[in-house]
Amino acid sequence: MRDIALLCAAVTVVGVSFGAIAVASGLAVWVPMLLSVVVFAGASQFMFVGLIASGGHPVAAMVAGLLVNARHVPFGFAIGDAIGSGWLRRIAGSHLMVDESVAFALAQPDPARRRASFWACGVGLFASWNAGVVLGALGGSVVSDTDAFGLDAAFPAALMALVLPSLRDPDTRRAALLGAVIAVAVTPLVPPGVPVLLALAGLLVGRVWSTPRTKSEVVS
Amino acid sequence: MTTLVLAILVLGAGTFAFRFAGPVLRARIELSARMERLMAMSAVVLLAALVATADVMEGQELAGVARPAGVLVGGVLAWRRVPFVVVVVGAAGTAAVLRLLGVP
Repeated sequence: MRDIALLCAAVTVVGVSFGAIAVASGLAVWVPMLLSVVVFAGASQFMFVGLIASGGHPVAAMVAGLLVNARHVPFGFAIGDAIGSGWLRRIAGSHLMVDESVAFALAQPDPARRRASFWACGVGLFASWNAGVVLGALGGSVVSDTDAFGLDAAFPAALMALVLPSLRDPDTRRAALLGAVIAVAVTPLVPPGVPVLLALAGLLVGRVWSTPRTKSEVVS
Repeated sequence: MTTLVLAILVLGAGTFAFRFAGPVLRARIELSARMERLMAMSAVVLLAALVATADVMEGQELAGVARPAGVLVGGVLAWRRVPFVVVVVGAAGTAAVLRLLGVP
């Protein structure tokens, strides 16, 4: 719970900066607020606002945002059980699916704690992100540069800490390392959002590699 | 302005559809243990790729030194199994101090 609270605090600060940046770039005050409620996915929101601010067409910004968010499809298959059953739960839970809530759920060993972590993190982040965005949009740039606080390092580090236990499994570790290399290598070449999807190829190669070894183990 | 509102609403609806697909389809089809494992692995691969790209890339170019250094410190701390709070504060603190010293 303390871990989730820390993440919520950091997300609030990033939300403040998102609201402030959006309004400073000439968008109406309600734009970042509407985005944060109906989209609720930080990376795609920053991209959407950035493209509009630089003169891009809203439809192009929308398509770019969708591409960045396509990763939620595999996320949903992986942690669907943590959301629970029943339509209301599924609808609300799906909307709360973000990188951090998925990572928190994956880091838990048993189903009950997966569920509790997913919901606590999802609800907490939704509340703190939106509160931050409202503050930033109305209050302006109190926090203009979150990089000065190292928040850009905090989020990857937090996700890494949550993912690390899963990497104890050799097959997962191989696939993840390969996927990470693929993603970084193709980032300069393809649109944002695509690199992490291409990282899934790491799963295929990981399996191809592991097949001969299991065979030899059977033989020996 | 109408286009902007529509674009936001469609982005929201599309993102929701992406998120909703998994939980709904999972309930309809019985997943084998093998598939279940593959799904969990793919989420880990995606998160690892997110960490790697957010760590070393800024947009489509290489990021500076401060952020990767901060994440590296966080990674080492996490590997040593220190509490989550220390990992996150350690990573942010390292990057912040390096920037204070003028490291990009």
